[in-house]
Amino acid sequence: MKDHDTLEHRLTQQGISRRSFLKFCTAMASLMALPPGTAPAIAAALAQAKRPSVIWLSFQECTGCTESLTRSHSPTLESLIFDMISLDYHHTLQAASGFAAEKSREDAMKDFYGKYLLLVDGSIPTKDNGIYSTIAGRTNLDLLQEAAKGAAAIVAVGSCAAFGGLPMAKPNPTGAAPVSDLIKDKPIINISGCPPIPSVITGVLAHYLTFGELPALDELGRPKAFYGETIHDRCYRRPFYDQGKFAKTFDDEGARNGWCLYELGCKGPTTHNACATTKWNGGAGFPIEAGHGCLGCSEPNFWDAGSFYTPLAAPTSNIGAIAGAAALAGAAAAVALSAADRAKKKSLQQTHEKLTVKDISN
Amino acid sequence: MNPQELLLWVRGTGLQLATAVCVLGMTYRLLHLALLGRKKNLAEARGSEWGPGLRTMWRRSFVLPELSARGKFTVVAGYTFHFGFFITLLFLSQHIAMLRAVLGFGWPALPHSAIEIAAILTLAAMIALLVHRYMDPVKRMLSGFEDYLTWLLTFLPLLSGFMLLHGIGPAYTQMLTLHLLSVELLLIAIPFTKLAHMLTTFSARWYNGAFAGYKGVKA
Repeated sequence: MKDHDTLEHRLTQQGISRRSFLKFCTAMASLMALPPGTAPAIAAALAQAKRPSVIWLSFQECTGCTESLTRSHSPTLESLIFDMISLDYHHTLQAASGFAAEKSREDAMKDFYGKYLLLVDGSIPTKDNGIYSTIAGRTNLDLLQEAAKGAAAIVAVGSCAAFGGLPMAKPNPTGAAPVSDLIKDKPIINISGCPPIPSVITGVLAHYLTFGELPALDELGRPKAFYGETIHDRCYRRPFYDQGKFAKTFDDEGARNGWCLYELGCKGPTTHNACATTKWNGGAGFPIEAGHGCLGCSEPNFWDAGSFYTPLAAPTSNIGAIAGAAALAGAAAAVALSAADRAKKKSLQQTHEKLTVKDISN
Repeated sequence: MNPQELLLWVRGTGLQLATAVCVLGMTYRLLHLALLGRKKNLAEARGSEWGPGLRTMWRRSFVLPELSARGKFTVVAGYTFHFGFFITLLFLSQHIAMLRAVLGFGWPALPHSAIEIAAILTLAAMIALLVHRYMDPVKRMLSGFEDYLTWLLTFLPLLSGFMLLHGIGPAYTQMLTLHLLSVELLLIAIPFTKLAHMLTTFSARWYNGAFAGYKGVKA
């Protein structure tokens, strides 16, 4: 895997025509919202790109991100492009195991020090010195810190690596943390989603190979090209939202007519991702097209953001109980202070004095 | 705190705090007023005080013919913004979804176009009332900081809600956060300001009517 020959050569070897390659480059330029003129530049850069070493570390995760990347579009050009990087270490995909696997990671870190891309999926447990997840007897925290030192950049793949995800959800028993909380001295790009869209991962890699740097990021470290707009902004059901037409249940007339799923808990308005445009399963569709609201999986804390089926307008905590308790407290205060006023009045009456407004409590 | 965390706080703890302050404060104010009691009248009055009390509650809801043009403007614009506010609050589908989550029941929403008209009229009426309050020398003299503050606290939820619905201004997450924060500020201010009139207006009118319509000697 250390043979870093050019991408063009590898593609030719695998029977990929130049036309198909250029089509891919145009699609990538479009996906990343780059000017059309940059497609040839991408093609030229990618064609001559050496296969960079990539180390993929999997921590507290479910392998869904890898499943997404390897299966959803397979076998497409995107997955072949992914083949064209030198994936020197990946638990799930590598053939080697045990000492041989760990040695390939150590070799890659040594041989390409300062140049390799570090991809991380899964969050990192930090409680009790990170003992809740270990690989080859070493904690995830230790492995991350070691690998991060020599990385050119880190790509946090999936919501667990980007924002903590499910392991960090309350009560967060392992003290799980995202990569960005632990590594501060390296460029980090967050490709959030549970799982993220495969072409977003390949898009970011293509950008890195083309320009030698990571794309423009939003305030949460996500590439703006893919996370610049909300699901709601580009949703094909948006006109129904604007008209105030909402499905009330998953099988009512509104749902059958394709009305907006806002009242059924859709988190599209607050979720930044490219699902509505890039779509899933080779462009077949995305969750809202299947009749289910967006869960908001590419946003931080989405597991703790209340029920998936609670509308965004609804409170996330119990307001009725608080209002009841507050009413009781208010009534108790009024009764107590009124009793004090009456006692004062009675005492003043005994001395033939008058109770004035100033004497009563406010 | 990232925008999602802030929104979560505003939808949860923030709303709980604001509700608690509003409900506790208003329960206290109303019950304390009721428990003040009224001096026992030892002389028998002619007729009941309920008649004049209820009549006043009703009659003060109309624009009286003797009001000047400027007075009429205040009443008409006042009614427009009050009705518009309640139509927007109670009949927008998103608000009903929120109330259903809290109360456990809901009701049919008005079409968005109707809500939009109500909201625009409300905003326009509120701006006109503010301008009038400032331009009219008597009103300006009578107005204090609290009057302008309560105007602002009422105006902000309407404006932020309108912007949210039309995708004007910041992203949805931030705009929803601002809208909910403005509602929470309004809730917190209610018991401490003139906004408490929303629960005391009618009882105060009844009391005035009952007092003025009393036939007999207070002894």
